[in-house]
Amino acid sequence: MRRERETPKQQQQQVSYTVEHLVAVNPYNPDILPDLENYVNEQVSSQTYSLDANLCLLRLYQFEPERMSNQIVARILVKALMAMPAPDFSLCLFLIPERVQMEEQFKTLIVLSHYLETGRFRQFWDEAAKSRHIVEAVPGFEQAIQSYAIHVLSLTYEKIQRPVLAEAINIEGLSLDKFLEYQAANSGWILEKGHGRGQLIVLPQNEFNHPELKKSDADSVPLEHITRIFPILG
Amino acid sequence: MASNYEYEEASATYDDAHRQDLGYDPNFVPDSVKSFVVHLYRHIREKNVYEIHQMYEFSFQTLSDRLFKEAPWPSVDAVAHYVDNDQVFCLLYREMWFRHLYARLSPTLKQRIDSWDNYCSLFQVVLHRAVNMQLPNQWLWDMVDEFVYQFQSFCQYRAKMKNKTEQEIALLRQYDQAWNVYGVLNYLQAFVEKSNIIQILEQEKEGLEQFTANDGYDYSGGSNVLKVLGYFSMVGLLRVHCLLGDYQTGLKCLLPIDISQQGVYTSVIGSHITTIYHYGFANLMLRRYVEAIREFNKMLLYIYKTKQYHQKSPQYEQILKKNEQMYALLAICLSLCPQVKLVEDTVNSQLREKYGEKMARMQRYDDEAFGLYDELFSYACPKFITPSAPSFEEPLVNYNQDAYRLQLKLFLYEVKQQQLLSGVRTFLKVYSTISLGKLANYMEVDEPTLRTILLTYKHKTHAVDSDGKIISNADVDFYIDDDMIHVVECKPVKRYSDYFLRQIVKLEGVINDMDRIKLD
Repeated sequence: MRRERETPKQQQQQVSYTVEHLVAVNPYNPDILPDLENYVNEQVSSQTYSLDANLCLLRLYQFEPERMSNQIVARILVKALMAMPAPDFSLCLFLIPERVQMEEQFKTLIVLSHYLETGRFRQFWDEAAKSRHIVEAVPGFEQAIQSYAIHVLSLTYEKIQRPVLAEAINIEGLSLDKFLEYQAANSGWILEKGHGRGQLIVLPQNEFNHPELKKSDADSVPLEHITRIFPILG
Repeated sequence: MASNYEYEEASATYDDAHRQDLGYDPNFVPDSVKSFVVHLYRHIREKNVYEIHQMYEFSFQTLSDRLFKEAPWPSVDAVAHYVDNDQVFCLLYREMWFRHLYARLSPTLKQRIDSWDNYCSLFQVVLHRAVNMQLPNQWLWDMVDEFVYQFQSFCQYRAKMKNKTEQEIALLRQYDQAWNVYGVLNYLQAFVEKSNIIQILEQEKEGLEQFTANDGYDYSGGSNVLKVLGYFSMVGLLRVHCLLGDYQTGLKCLLPIDISQQGVYTSVIGSHITTIYHYGFANLMLRRYVEAIREFNKMLLYIYKTKQYHQKSPQYEQILKKNEQMYALLAICLSLCPQVKLVEDTVNSQLREKYGEKMARMQRYDDEAFGLYDELFSYACPKFITPSAPSFEEPLVNYNQDAYRLQLKLFLYEVKQQQLLSGVRTFLKVYSTISLGKLANYMEVDEPTLRTILLTYKHKTHAVDSDGKIISNADVDFYIDDDMIHVVECKPVKRYSDYFLRQIVKLEGVINDMDRIKLD
C-alpha cells in the first residue's frame, strides 16, 4: 500500500474519508457510535461538517437513548444552525426526544433557530450574546450565521440600506467599512451614496433579487429525456 | 434446537387461538385448502408466475373470506406433508398465515414474536441460499410491506406498557431481539446490498441490464426474488425512516429509484402509493412543498383514473384510505404554498369538495386554523414509532404517542413560523410595487417587523435541495430596492418536451407491434 505523507491536512482528509465511509457501509451498526461522536468533535475543531454522519449518530441515540451524550447533541445542533438556510436543524430535532429538547441549553438553541428561521437577526444576536458558552464552543459560528444572513438578504434585496445590513450581520462602524470593502473587492458588492440617508449597498445579482436573470428552462430538454428516443432515432 | 423449541411454542400459540374461537382446529385441513396448497406448491415449482399470482391474489382471498373470516388458516404443520415438507414453501405459507392473522384477528405477543422468527428464517434463506423461485411482484411487495407494518405494529404495541401482564413483560424481556430496529433495518439493507439492485438500476441506464423493462422479472428463468426484494426494500427503508422521523435518510434510500418515471415500484399499486405517500410526506416535512404537491397530484390523479380496476383487490380499502390521507396532505401543502396551478382540475375539484372550506379557514392563522392543521396532520401522517426498548422499571408508562406528538409539535411550530406569510401574499398579489412603509401600514406592523416578515417569506419559500441548489417554491415573489418592494409574478413553466417524447416512444411501440402482425 502507498504510504500517506503525514501532513496534517491530508491526515484530516484521510480521517473524514474513513468516517464517511464507515457510515456508508454501516448505516445501522451500533458499534460505530464512538467513532461518530469523535467525528462530531473533529467537525467542530476542524470546521468541517457532515450532516449524514451526524444524522446517523442521532439515529443511534434514538435507538439506544441510554447512550446519548447531551454535549455531543448540543454540538450537532450548533453545527446544524451553522448550515442554515438548509433545514438541518429541524432534521436533527425530528430525531431528538422531546424530554431532551426541554433541557435549558437545547431550549436556547431552539430559540436561536426560531429567530433565524423568522429573519429576526437583531433578536438572534442579542440572544447569542447571552449564550456565549454554547455557541463560542464552536469555531466559525459567527461567520456561518453572517453568511446565512447575507444569503437571505441577497434573496430579498437588490439594494439595501447600510443600517439594515449592519443589524442583520451584527457588524458596525469601522469593521463594517472594512467588511464592505472586502465584499466590494471580492464578491461584487457595490457601495452607493444614498440620497441623503446614508449608504446604500447593491448586493450581488441573482435570479431572486433580479428576476430578469431567471433562466427560462421552458425550452430546454434534459438529456436523459432525449436518450429515451435514441433507439428510435438510430 | 432453536427450531424445535419454536415448533413447540407454535402449537401453544394455536391452542391460544383455539380458545379464542372454539370452532377452530389448527390441524383440520379442509379439502379446498389442501387443493390450494398443492396447486400453489406445484405452480411455484413450475415457476408459473401467472398462476401463482392468481392463486396468491384471488384464491387465497376467496378461501379466507369463505372459511377463515374470523379464524386463522390451518397450521403449517397440518399442511406440510401435502407439499413434501418443503422448507421454503412452509416459510412462505407461514408468512401468509401470519399476514392473514394480523389482518383479521389481533395477534398475541407470542404470535408477533413467532412471525418475526418466521421472517428471519425466510429472509435468511433468500439472502444466503440461492433460491430459484419466481414470485409475482405483488407477493414480494406484500412481504416487504407486511414486514415493515408488523414492525410498526410491534413498536406501537410494545410502547403501551401500562396494561401489560407480567407474562407479557417476561416475554418482552426474553425476546428482546424480536422486531429489534437494528434487525429490521439491517434485513432491508441486506436485501438492497445483496441484490446489487442499485448497480443494476445504474447499469440499466446505460442499456447494460434489463430490470425495469421486464418489470423486475427474469425471462431467462433465473429467480427474481432477491432482486425484487432488494428493490422494494428501498421503499421499505424510506417508510421505516419516515416512521422514525428521519426524512432526509429516507429520501436518500429512495434515490436509486427514479420516481419521475414509471418503474417496478409502479407495477404494484400498493408499492406505488406507499412510495409516493412517504416521498411526499418527507418533502413536506423538509419544506419542499412544490415537490410534494407535484407528486401527490400525479398520484391522486392516477388513483382517480384507475381505482375502479382495484375494487375487487384486497388492497382496495387501503388504497382509498391512503387516497384520503394524501388529499389531506395536499391540502396542508397548498395552504402553506398556494401553488394551485400545479394541481390538475380533477384533483383540484376533489380537493375543494373534501377540504375547500377547511383550507379557507386554514389561511386565517388563528387558533382555529392551527386546530385544522393539527387535525389534518394527525389524520394523514404516518404512524410514528419509538424504536427503543421500553424501560421495565416501575411505574410502567405508555410511550406510544411520544413520537407522534414530537413530529406534530415540530410541524405546528413550522406552521406558526409561517403564520404571517399568507397576509404578505395577499398584498403582494394586488400590487406591482409598494413601499415598505405603506405595506407596513396595511399589515399593521412597524417597518422593522415587516422586514423580518419579508425575510421569512423569502427564506421559507426558497428551499435548498440535496445538492445545495436553491429552489423557489414561491407563487408570488418580490425583491426590495432600497425601500420599495417590486413584485414578480411566477408563471409555472409547462413542459411539453416530456409529453412529446413519451408520445414518440409510445407511437414507436405501436408501430413495432403492428409490424409484428403477420397478415396471411
